[in-house]
This record gives sequence, structure tokens and C-alpha cells, in this order.
Amino acid sequence: MTQPILRIEDLSISFSSPDEADIEAVRQVDLTLTPGKTLALVGESGCGKSVTARAVLRLLDANARIPHGRILFQPEGSEPTDIARLKPDSLALRAIRGNQIAMIFQEPMSSLSPVHTIGDQIDEMVLIHERVNRKQARARTVALLDQVGIPGAKERADAYPFELSGGLRQRAMIAMALACTPRLLIADEPTTALDVTTQAQILDLLRQLQADFGMAMLFITHDLGVVAEIADEVAVMYLGDVVEQGNVFDVFRAPQHPYTQALMNSIPKMARKADRVRLNPIKGTVPAPKDRPEGCAFTSRCPHAFGPCASERPARTVVGEGHHARCHLLTRQTEEALA
Amino acid sequence: MAETSMSTSGAAAARAKRSGRESQMGLMWRRFRQHKLALASLWIVVAFYVVALLAEFLAPTDPSAYSARYTYAPPQGLHFIAQNDDGSWVFGPYVNGYKTEIDPVALRRTFVIDEEKRLPVQFLAPSKPYLLAGVIPMSVKLFGLENPRDPLYILGADRLGRDLLSRLIHGTRISLSIGLAGVTMSLFFGIIIGGFAGYYGGWFDSAVMRVVEFIRSMPTIPLWLGLAAAMPKDWSALQTYFAITLILSLIGWTELARVVRGRFLSLRTEDFVTAARLDGASDWRIITRHMVPSFTSHIIAAATLAIPGMILAETALSFLGLGLQAPIVSWGTLLQDAQNIRTLATAPWLLTPGICVVVIILAMNFFGDGLRDAADPHGR
Amino acid sequence: MLSFIIRRTIVMVLTLIAVSIVAFAIIQLPPGDYLTSYIASLSATGDQVDPRVIENLRNQYGLGQPFYIQYFKWITGVVQGNFGHSFEWKRPVWELIWGRLGNSVMVEGLAVLVMWLIALPIGIYAAVRKYSLGDYLATIAGFIGLAVPNFFFALILMYLAYVWFGTTMGGLFSPEFETARWSLPRLWDFFTHAWAPVLVLATSGTAELIRILRANLLDELKKPYVTTARAKGLPEWKVILKYPVRLALNPLVSTIGWLLPALVSGSVIVSVVMNLPTAGPMLLRSLTTQDMYLAGAIILLLSVLTVVGTLISDILLAWIDPRIRYGSK
Repeated sequence: MTQPILRIEDLSISFSSPDEADIEAVRQVDLTLTPGKTLALVGESGCGKSVTARAVLRLLDANARIPHGRILFQPEGSEPTDIARLKPDSLALRAIRGNQIAMIFQEPMSSLSPVHTIGDQIDEMVLIHERVNRKQARARTVALLDQVGIPGAKERADAYPFELSGGLRQRAMIAMALACTPRLLIADEPTTALDVTTQAQILDLLRQLQADFGMAMLFITHDLGVVAEIADEVAVMYLGDVVEQGNVFDVFRAPQHPYTQALMNSIPKMARKADRVRLNPIKGTVPAPKDRPEGCAFTSRCPHAFGPCASERPARTVVGEGHHARCHLLTRQTEEALA
Repeated sequence: MAETSMSTSGAAAARAKRSGRESQMGLMWRRFRQHKLALASLWIVVAFYVVALLAEFLAPTDPSAYSARYTYAPPQGLHFIAQNDDGSWVFGPYVNGYKTEIDPVALRRTFVIDEEKRLPVQFLAPSKPYLLAGVIPMSVKLFGLENPRDPLYILGADRLGRDLLSRLIHGTRISLSIGLAGVTMSLFFGIIIGGFAGYYGGWFDSAVMRVVEFIRSMPTIPLWLGLAAAMPKDWSALQTYFAITLILSLIGWTELARVVRGRFLSLRTEDFVTAARLDGASDWRIITRHMVPSFTSHIIAAATLAIPGMILAETALSFLGLGLQAPIVSWGTLLQDAQNIRTLATAPWLLTPGICVVVIILAMNFFGDGLRDAADPHGR
Repeated sequence: MLSFIIRRTIVMVLTLIAVSIVAFAIIQLPPGDYLTSYIASLSATGDQVDPRVIENLRNQYGLGQPFYIQYFKWITGVVQGNFGHSFEWKRPVWELIWGRLGNSVMVEGLAVLVMWLIALPIGIYAAVRKYSLGDYLATIAGFIGLAVPNFFFALILMYLAYVWFGTTMGGLFSPEFETARWSLPRLWDFFTHAWAPVLVLATSGTAELIRILRANLLDELKKPYVTTARAKGLPEWKVILKYPVRLALNPLVSTIGWLLPALVSGSVIVSVVMNLPTAGPMLLRSLTTQDMYLAGAIILLLSVLTVVGTLISDILLAWIDPRIRYGSK
């Protein structure tokens, strides 16, 4: 197995606000990314998946802190760097941003500057990290735009974002992210704002580019269908906790955590009319982060909640090869099995 | 919030509407009160207007009473505690008298404060009979000297030995009332013109908006000066006063018309207005009963914010000598005395009207901002 | 872009026509006509009144004829550079005002420049370091800057200069440079005099610019493209200057449209207070002596300056904002 490029270990992120107590938006998350593989981070909005992704590049707002945990970035053949300990505007971090780890965002319209041309914005990326002149940078840009399937790349480089369609804008965004051939690509809901057809095209493109470049990818989404399509591994987040993670086939086939199980049950399935069953939505609503129980975050909605759930945080339990979950049901079963 | 409360009441009966409006005002007041600075400013504004209203009672002397003996007499200040030579303490308000000194360099007589001389001040001092605000006959002032022949120049005297404090108090009345009158007149034109433009739209609307844009693209002071210069010199004080008000509102209406038009335009398509129209209500009824109540608060805020501009404009015009003329006392005409740098060097207290201008404008702006924030249902 | 400029230029020409009508109306406002005043002033100085001259003038200005004919005669002259005759100075108006107008343009132009130079860094700082001490100071200073009338500010400045340094501030040149040709020493002399009025004029505009810039920038700083720029690996200061500041400037440029009228207004009164050889004091004097062709010309030209300045700022706005340049939005 290849050496992992990014290891997130025991990462917590908390936000402070002037009026209220600190909110721990992400707690004790462990993730591992390997070159050529895609890890999908799934969860409802507000579960901390975007915050986790942004923390990797330290793009969080000023009121966010990383109280503990490590983000170890280790490109092949070099020493690991702990991004969590770098200063957000430091030279070391800026050398990683864009160059080693690049990111694409959800809203291709507002994530691109409306008053600069697409070409200028991509050129900039190349110019920051490589010793090239403007002309060489532009040549690279055009090649990239061509590679991401933008027709008439040379002319489109001089276009402003508002002159392109949503799909083309997202392609341009991807071209920008790939400009310096990063080792890791973070895609923060890159298809959410697009219509379904364009979504499929962008996913195809990303998959193909990953194969070409051999990079690792951290893919944030709330769409399980997209996960099935693109991911090798999946981590399910609920209210700041990674409740279950593992190989996408294992997790989809045999979900271990009640939340994952509930999620799987809430997907409509293609079936003959006679076999159709009612969809089974998860009961209740996500509590506000400040009302989250000390123990398992899912307690308030879990059909199997019992004794220790609310007060005791379940440990990360191995349930299969590379397949983990945090649930008291699992530990109890193992204890019983041991007994 | 204004819209929602009105949209429910717009469909409801008149009784419900009445209560709906009151709660809207109550809501606004509650939100306004959270704005500490705006609240403090409100009290300052109120204090200024009280001074304007009670000018004759508060001013210790007649603003036009002059005394050649006390030309540019420096401010006496108002003292409350004094220590006698024998070390005993005296309480109670007093002012110092003056003594003359010969300036050894300029060989000129100058007035200086005589710390030895104490002239006791008494409250509710009897005075010559006068009419308070031109209506109530009175013969007592808030304060005065026990001996009315003694000089009383708390803030100093001007070139003719007139009491600056009394003139300032009377000037407050003129300057503040001209701001209010100017805004009232602007509001009148603004609501009619802006209302028509906003409600009916079409060519009238675009014509009005072009005119508004045109007026706003002109530099105002040259225009005002040109208009003010055309006033016949033999007009009475009252005529000039109204002419100046009219000139100020000739430009002032544009801003208010813009606000009114904007509100009308956005309200025209609101559901409760459409509902009223479908009910067969007349235009007049829709405007007065459904639309106007829901934006009164915005108009009040906009009007409040327009007052400082008016006060500034009057001050500037009068300062340049083309606004209000000599017998009328306003902050602007008072500042006219301060134009000469040498005069200013001998009598810097002539700048006090300017401080009043700054204070009232700051207070009006904070107050207006607070009102606007409180009136805006979507702000915050 | 071209159609934008053409559209704006047409609007400007229409505005100019309206301005000229207003200016002419002001000329016509005082009771009596130009000629009566002229004869009166000639008689007052004891000069002979030549009936032929009077008749010539009556023809030239179309006196006694309807308003629109008089206007037409006047505006034809104006377009050809003939603004009429000042009866007080007994010279053509244009000769009297062009130098002073130049000074006005110079002082106001400098004020605009100073406004931006001060407002940009302070506004950016206040937005980026929101709620810091510096931000609060800028806000307070801004409020005071807006509330102090500029002529009052000028008075205070002059008073302080007199009391502290014993100098009388005022004018734009020392006497020895008054009529000299432009040279380096004269330029230096100009700057030593002009900084005070320029500062006074720029205050309220600066305060307003800072307020708007801060609010705009606070909005822009929250936009996702800022994160994108950070994710590229740009240093923070470059991120801010290249992206959000650039966007926050767009609405600011359009504020020139009303900043300029206020500035021209202010310069009239500040010039009077500080005794600057600009168009302002001459306007005031011509108005008090009812030298109406001179007054009308100054009002007209000041307004033209304002309108043209606004047009320039509009075009600048379009030039920096592609969304307007390409006619979208």
C-alpha cells in the first residue's frame, strides 16, 4: 500500500463568539488520504465537513481555533509537516496552498473574482508558485483549460466569469486548482450548485483527471449518490463527529453506525411498484451544536440509544479491515463476544 | 417588520389596523432605545429645541441690546463657589466683573476679568415684560444679575458689546426652526412629487427622476447663492426668512422625493396593496390607508437626516452674507462676525455658534441613523 | 463600452443644456435688466452714456425680447467663448474668470486626490481590522469630519495658525509669486499655501469615502472568491488588495457623482474664508454687486465642471468594472 499523503489525527476545531460559549464544530476527527484515492466526507449541512476541509488549508475564519490534533502533510520522499501548527499567513503554508494542496469550491460564480478574467486568475496561480513569465503562464493556462474540456480555450481565457455558464465556470475552477499539479485536491461540494447533467460531467472529469495526475482527493458532499460514484473511501460525519468511515463498498453494504444505517435507508431505491416501501426518514432534527450531548452526538435521534450514549463518548472501534465506527452498540457487542 | 405588520392589517378591518400601527411605532421605539448613542442624541436634540422654544426666557439679556463700553468683553463664565480673603467659602452662582487695563505694547485699553469683583447671579430674575414665543406675557427670566446695570457676558461680547449667550440662544431658535421649516416644505414637495412618480410610474416618474438627478448633480452653494442674491434688499426679516426656507427646499425636496418614490415603488407590488386594489379600493384610499402608514417611519427617518443639511446650508448662506440679514440673529449671521482673522484672534469666543452647529449636526445624524435602523425591518 | 460612453455623453449634454438654462434664469432673476444696471453704474461714476453703445448692447443681448430669444443669444455667445460683459470690471467675463477657474480646478482636483489618498488606506485598515482601536478612531474621526462645516474648520485652522505661529493663512500664492510664471519655486510656494484649503475641502469627503469603503469592503471580505485567492497561496495583503479592495472600489467611484457637487460647493465658501483666488470669492462679489453676467458665467462653469467630472468618473467606473464594460447587469 502506498504511503498516505495526508493524515488528520485527533483533529478538533472550535469557534468562539463574543456572546456565547465556544462551540466545538469538529471533534477528534481522524482521516487518511492516499495518492490516487478519493475520500468522500459526507454529512448534512452544518456537520463540520466543510470546516474540516478548510482547516487542511487553514482557511478558517479568524474566530476558529484548532485546540488539538495534527494535520500531517507528507508528500512522497519528504518529512511530514504539521499544517495545524503553521501560521495561516506563513511562507511555509503559502507554499503548500495551491501548489501542493489545491481546493475547488461549491459556488463557481462567487468563488471566482468577477472583475478579473478567467485567464488572469489561473495565470496568477502558476505565477505564485513557479518561476515562469506571464507568457509561459498563459500557455499553461490555455493548455489546462483545454484539458478540462473548455472549448475555445484560448479565447475563453480572456473571458470574465459572468460570461461563462455554470458548468464551464466550474471547469475553469478545476483548471485553476490543477495549475500546479497538486498532490492533493480538496473538492468542497463542487457539484452541488450545478444541474444534474453538468454534475455527471464534472464528476467524470474529476475522476479522469485524478487518474491522469495520480493525486489524492478529499471530496466533500452531502449526496450519497455522488459518493458511490466517485469515492474509494467514505467518512460519515454527524454534528462534528466522524461516526463511521471505511471502504465505500463496506460502508454502503454493511453500515455499522445507526446514523449511517438511517442514511442508507433514506435513499430512494429503484424498485418495481409492488416491491416499493415507504422511505424511512431519520426522526427529529439535528440539534444545535451547543445542545449536543457530551457523549454520542446522534443520541437524541438514535433508535437504539441506551445507558452510556448521552454521557460517554463512544470509542473509535474497528469493525472490519480499515472500517471504523463510533458507537456503544459495537463496543458492547465486542465486550460480550469477549466475555 | 413594518411591511409584515401592515400586510396583515392591510387586509384586516380599520380597528385592527389602528392597533397594528401603534404596535409598529412601539416596536420602532423599542428598537431605537437599544441604540444608546441615538437615544442620547435624541435628548440633545430635544434640549436644543427647548432652548429654541424658550429663547426669551432663557436669554438673560436682549440680543440686540448693545453697550459700547463692553466691546469684545471676554467671557465671564459662571462660578458657583468662591473663597473670601479671610478663607471662608461662599456658595451660590456669581460672575466676575471687568476692569480695564492698558496694554503696554499696543497702548490700547483692554478688558480683563476682575477676579476680585463678584456679581451675584439670581435665578428667576425680574425683567422688562416680554412675550414668550410671541404669545405668553412674562416678566421674569431664568437668571440675571441682581443689579441689572452690571455687565453679564457669560460667553463674552461681540463688536457692539452685545451678549453672545443671549444672541446664541435666539440664534438657535432661527437656525433650528429654519431647518425644520425647510424640511417640512421639502417633505411637502417631496411626498407629492415622489408619491405621484412612485405610484403612477411611467413617463412622469422618469421625468421626475431626471429632474432629481439633474438637481443633485449641481453644486448647491453657487445655486443657492444665485437664488438668494436675487432677493430684493428691501424685504422684511420675515420675508427673507421664508424666501431662504423656500430656496433651501428647492433642492432639499429631491432627496425626500427619491425616498418616497422608492418606498412607493416597492410597496406598489406588495400583496396587501394588490389585495386592497382587488377589493375595489380607490387610489386615494390605497395610498392614504394602506401605503402611507407602512412607510411613515422611513419618511420620518429620512426627514430627520435631512435637517442637518438644511441647518448647514442656512449657516453657510448667512455666513456668506447672502442668507438671513443683520437684524435677524442666526448661527450663520453670528459666525459672520468671526470671518476676520484679527477679530478672531482678539475674540475667539465668537466661534461658539460653530460649536453649536457641530453638536446639533452630530446629534441629528446619530438620532436619524438610529431612527432609520429602527424603522428598517430588515436591518440586523 | 463605446455605447456606454455615447449614452453617458448624451445625458451629459442634456444636463449641460439644463444647467445653462438655470444659469441664465439666475442672470435674469434680479429686478431690472443688465442695461439699466449698466447705465446706472455708468451714471454713478459720472461717465457719459453713449446712446449708440446702449443700442448696440440692446441688440447684442436681445433685451426687451422674450426670454427664449435672450437665452438663445446668450448661449450662442457662450458656446463661442463670449460670456458677456462684466459691468463692474468693465471687461469681458471670460478674461476675468479663466485664471480663477483654473485655480478652482487645481484646488478641487488636489482635494479629490487627497481624499482618495487618505481614505483608501484608512478605509481598508478599518475594514480588515474591524472593531479594533484604529477602526473606532477612524469611525469617530469620520463622524466629526462629516459634522464640522468646512468653513468652520477653515476658521479654526486659521485661528490656530494665527495664535500658535503668528501666521495669517490664506491665499494660494505669496505676493511675489502672484503673477509669476509657473516654475519650481512657484509650485513650491503654491503647495505651502494650498495644503490647508485642500485639507479643509477634503475632510468631509474623506470621512464619507472611508465610511462607504469600510462598509463595502466588509461585505466583500466575506465573499468566497477571497477564500479562493487565499487558497492559491497569495500572501494576505495581496489577497486583500487585489480582490476585495478592487471590488469595493467600484461602487465608490460612483459616489464621485455627488461628492463632486459637494466639493465644488464647499470650495466656494472655503475660498471666501481663506481668501483664495478661485472662482468662489468672485462669484460672491458679483452676486452682491448684481454683476449678473459674471455671476451667471461662474455658476454655469462651476456646474459644467461638476457635470464633466461626474462623466469622467462614470467612465472610469465602467473602465475598471468589466460587468458594466460589457453591458451585462
